[in-house]
Amino acid sequence: MSTEPTESGQPVAQGQPVASARPPAVSVAGVSKVFASRKGTDVTALEAVDLTIAPGEFVSLIGPSGCGKSTLLRLIADLDTPTSGSIEVFGKTAREARIDQAYGIAFQQAGLLPWRTVRANIELPLELHKVGKAARAARSSELLALVGLSDFADKYPDQLSGGMQQRVAIARSLAESPGLLLMDEPFGALDEMTRERMQTELVRICAETGAAVVFVTHSIPEAVFLSNRVVVMSPRPGRIRDIIAVDLGRAEGRDEGLREADSFFEAVVSVRESLHGEAAGAPAARGVDIR
Amino acid sequence: MKQSASLPRTILAPVLLGVLAVALWQLAVVALEIKPFVLPSPVSIATEFSSSVSSVWTSSLVTGANALIGLLIGAIVGIVAAIIATVLPITDELSAPLVAAASVIPIVALAPVLYTMFGADKETARQLVAALAVFIPVYLNTLRGLRQARPVHRDLMRAYGASSWQATRAVTLPGAVPFLFIGLRIASSLAVISALIGEYFGGPIGGLGKSITSAAASSNYSLAYAYVLGAIILGLVFYVVTLGLEKIVSPHRAPSTGP
Ligand SMILES: Nc1ncnc2c1ncn2[C@@H]1O[C@H](COP(=O)(O)OP(=O)(O)OP(=O)(O)O)[C@@H](O)[C@H]1O
Ligand SMILES: [Mg+2]
Repeated sequence: MSTEPTESGQPVAQGQPVASARPPAVSVAGVSKVFASRKGTDVTALEAVDLTIAPGEFVSLIGPSGCGKSTLLRLIADLDTPTSGSIEVFGKTAREARIDQAYGIAFQQAGLLPWRTVRANIELPLELHKVGKAARAARSSELLALVGLSDFADKYPDQLSGGMQQRVAIARSLAESPGLLLMDEPFGALDEMTRERMQTELVRICAETGAAVVFVTHSIPEAVFLSNRVVVMSPRPGRIRDIIAVDLGRAEGRDEGLREADSFFEAVVSVRESLHGEAAGAPAARGVDIR
Repeated sequence: MKQSASLPRTILAPVLLGVLAVALWQLAVVALEIKPFVLPSPVSIATEFSSSVSSVWTSSLVTGANALIGLLIGAIVGIVAAIIATVLPITDELSAPLVAAASVIPIVALAPVLYTMFGADKETARQLVAALAVFIPVYLNTLRGLRQARPVHRDLMRAYGASSWQATRAVTLPGAVPFLFIGLRIASSLAVISALIGEYFGGPIGGLGKSITSAAASSNYSLAYAYVLGAIILGLVFYVVTLGLEKIVSPHRAPSTGP
């Protein structure tokens, strides 16, 4: 798998030509999103967003609260439709990709079904797509082991801690081995220690499955630790201000030691400068944790 | 820990209070020489209850059967109506004023009319009164539950490309179950109350309501109170069985907050 992050601000593939046989995992072209409100005060959540994500690439979206990160993710997931512009996922329209189950998704809230056991929650997407019972059980056992919850298979969500619930949600998003993972602040509700462990786990899982990831976060170190590229967004109307390539080596080699490395701090500094940068002093970075 | 520590309190305190109240009652009746037609003493009620336990039992069966049939009919119709109102919102709009009216009318007021409609020698009128009383809370609570689907669950179903029937079965229906049981708990007591009060307005003898009135009419006040005690126990049984059913069917409620 070769995912060379390109120069900052330069999409991997402008249209088809560069992407040889494999279409990009995600290709967002000239996308805007306006939320119409009854009072006539429309909210422009996104404006002229272009972004291309290669298969297997890990891209974080970071920016001040309300800049449209979740909106962009929901557009890619076809949970909402753009006002203008087009979105393709693995060469298909967002709608086709959703119906073909091209992506797995995890939200800030774990969103587990409280009346289902942990195992049944993980099996939910498989069940909906008519996967046989035996195959379902085998897959959920695999995923339970992956997120370290094998002993909790028959527990119910209300018997789990927040972090454990979030791990179940991540296992569920991986159930169908998607080539693309969409994650909206999945670790937002976790304490710092669990969070760092989950980050390491996620890097490992992505390395194992080769999935591309779009990851929304408020934390600069988290974005830097996880990503091949960090997309910095500006406050409303949401635009892409900067795309910063983070070259911390292959995903397989990332471990706790990396958090102390110089290259890590350099990347953190450049993301922070980009976030605060142009609009110095302005409330640009409100809602962003500089941890 | 907290639960086990408070357990003796939650059970002991009300029991103690109850015993104390009954003792005071007995003392008051004896000391103040209260006439039995005003208030019989607990001891005389208990004696009457144990000596006529078999007739209290058979009366309870009659009233209980009416309440149960009413509860089942009212609950089933209420659930089905709520599902229809969710699928076809127009039916909800059309029936909303009717339901609002029905929820403020004391349903038992319909009993005399129903007796003339279905015959005064049949239990049908009482069962219908109970069913109508049950319908309202079951319908309203189930409807609320069906509309309660969390946005994150709706997004999830859409992300999975689930058909609307799949989404209904996986998320909407199970999510409504706790709400359904809120309605059923209210309805279980209402069913007994309505079936019993319905007897005051006519119909065949044999139930608790008729037995209470005839015992009171023949100045056997302790017996009347023995039947009242039977009615209280019947109501409790309905409530507790519903509660038990809820614990079996949906032991894991939706966590109200958190991820
Ligand atoms: N369904 C909606 N209807 C109307 N406005 C919306 C809707 N969803 C989002 N918005 C608006 O779009 C803008 C972007 O919202 P979005 O949720 O994408 O921000 P965000 O970057 O994810 O913020 P946060 O970091 O706080 O989660 C906000 O101003 C918000 O008010
Ligand atoms: Mg958001």
